[in-house]
Amino acid sequence: MIRIKGLRKVYRVGEEQIHALRGLDLQIGSNEMVAVMGVSGSGKSTLMNIIGCLDRPSAGSYELDSKSVAKMTANQLALVRNEKVGFVFQSFELLARQTALENVELPLIYSLERGLTSAERRRRALEALDRVRLTDRVTHRPNQLSGGQRQRVAIARAILNRPAILMADEPTGNLDSVTSHEIMEIFRKLHQDGQTVLIVTHENDIAAYCQRVVRLKDGQILSDLSIAEDTAGRAVR
Amino acid sequence: MILTPYFYAQAIKLALGQIWANRRRSILTSLGIIVGVASTTAVIAALTGLKASVLQEFESFGANRIFVFPSRPDNVPRNKVPWDKMRIKPWEVRELQAGCPSLRAITPVTEIGVTVLSADRELEGISVVGIWPDWHETENRRVIEGRQFSQIDEDRERQVCLLNEAAVDALRLPDDGVESHILIGGRRFLVVGLVETIQSRMFGMGADTGEVFIPFSMAVKLQPPEYFLRVAALARNAEVSEEAQIEIQRTMRRIRGIQPGDPDTFRVEAIDRYIEQFKTMATGITAVAAGIVGISLLVGGIGIMNIMLVSVSERTREIGLRKAVGATPAAILMQFLLEAVVLCLFGGLIGVLCGKLTAIGLTFIPGAPLKHADVPMWAVGVSFAFSAAVGVAFGFFPALKASRLDPIEALRHE
Repeated sequence: MIRIKGLRKVYRVGEEQIHALRGLDLQIGSNEMVAVMGVSGSGKSTLMNIIGCLDRPSAGSYELDSKSVAKMTANQLALVRNEKVGFVFQSFELLARQTALENVELPLIYSLERGLTSAERRRRALEALDRVRLTDRVTHRPNQLSGGQRQRVAIARAILNRPAILMADEPTGNLDSVTSHEIMEIFRKLHQDGQTVLIVTHENDIAAYCQRVVRLKDGQILSDLSIAEDTAGRAVR
Repeated sequence: MILTPYFYAQAIKLALGQIWANRRRSILTSLGIIVGVASTTAVIAALTGLKASVLQEFESFGANRIFVFPSRPDNVPRNKVPWDKMRIKPWEVRELQAGCPSLRAITPVTEIGVTVLSADRELEGISVVGIWPDWHETENRRVIEGRQFSQIDEDRERQVCLLNEAAVDALRLPDDGVESHILIGGRRFLVVGLVETIQSRMFGMGADTGEVFIPFSMAVKLQPPEYFLRVAALARNAEVSEEAQIEIQRTMRRIRGIQPGDPDTFRVEAIDRYIEQFKTMATGITAVAAGIVGISLLVGGIGIMNIMLVSVSERTREIGLRKAVGATPAAILMQFLLEAVVLCLFGGLIGVLCGKLTAIGLTFIPGAPLKHADVPMWAVGVSFAFSAAVGVAFGFFPALKASRLDPIEALRHE
């Protein structure tokens, strides 16, 4: 599903060069649920941006769904994001003036799929909302929804096009612990239904919902362990 | 980059939603365009109305009327062509009458500056005009009471006159004034008829201007030497109007002995010339109005650009999100461009409505020749086209800025 080899990313800040990623290798198979952890400055965000096709690596190769995306143009990347990547953000990023349903339909505006009827679009959006267990309140606007409901709308939007990978950046960062666990249950359920999920978090009990934990440090992989090994390792430390 | 019809539908819907959500801001922003479009459409409406009235007036005036004036040729020194060479003499008018078969009627017209006296009124500055009987035909003015001038009045230099209603009122004559006596330039004249009041309001000859007409032969006696006269003539019909003008020109050149190659010392003009002149003037005013609009639309455009830049910066996160879910730079560019265009068209629409209302208001101004004022369809079309063009021109830079935003940066924007 994701095949990364020798990934490097160099930023230029004035005269200085900052090496955000230093030759990183990573493979994530289809239907895995992986947590990515690391302190700020560890290269975690840079890695996520590249995996999400928002950014391009300086060097190295990246295959998503057996397609090399490292050298794609901005327009090609936009299409890949539209069809293969779903994003869930910490602060939901819903459009305030649109209903839940319209928010979920948003990616279809930029889809190149032609001849879609509005009934078909509606059906897909409702199906996505059903998968995150939000079937009522679909015509409400974000300010009429609770934080948990908003994040469900955001997840529904991310999975609308059945992406190859669902990426969540601190998806529970703005939620209380009860709601956080509800949201994580939804991710777990989606994973059980066959969805590949990648979650960035710094909370161990959120990472505990995943099967595999990748820890980054200084632009390289510090550890890549199953959740059991990772938990045990922490217990020793 | 291919964008689907659904994208365009959503982009327009979003643009309308933005305008609605920021109603007050949208109206203030498009004020420049509203004012620009409203003022042009109003000016065009007024011009259209004026044109319709004037052309109607010309029609009623008779399209086959021809005038002859004395005229100094262009680029010729004053002393080369003295006044006496240009001045039209009565015998020349008689020659024209004899030598121009395409004319139905012809008359000299000369105005006299004299005092007019009735039993209990003395009037100065009233118009006293010497005419031939043909004048009734060239001006298409008949008498309401009494009789018209006859050739005998002219031949015998009779001291008779015609008045219009305003002159009868001004002179305080009893009843319709016919059969009264008045003094013109110290001579006693009999009022033989009451002449129709001219219908034109356009040429300063309103119903309230007093007019006195006397036979031309009599008028000559009251004039100083070298007095001014002009010629009014009527072609047999509109088709021979050109021919009649050429006949007049040839006859005048012949009797004045003007050598081939030398310029005319007179000027022949027909109503259609005035129509052309008026149309040229109307086009000129329209062009000036268009220029004013150009400036106000420029100002309006800057307002649009400003608000679009504000909109882009306010919605940076939204742009980031849209890019994250797959919007290409072209899609973002198109979306913001459409928003600017829709905003401008919205301004254009309000502007056209204001212009239309002003046009309706103009038709109710009493006395103004604007009864036919209306905004023509082409002006509506041009207004919208211009508004859209302003949207594209001034919306492009903000839209480009939006399209170039880095999605990562945009999503981090506070």
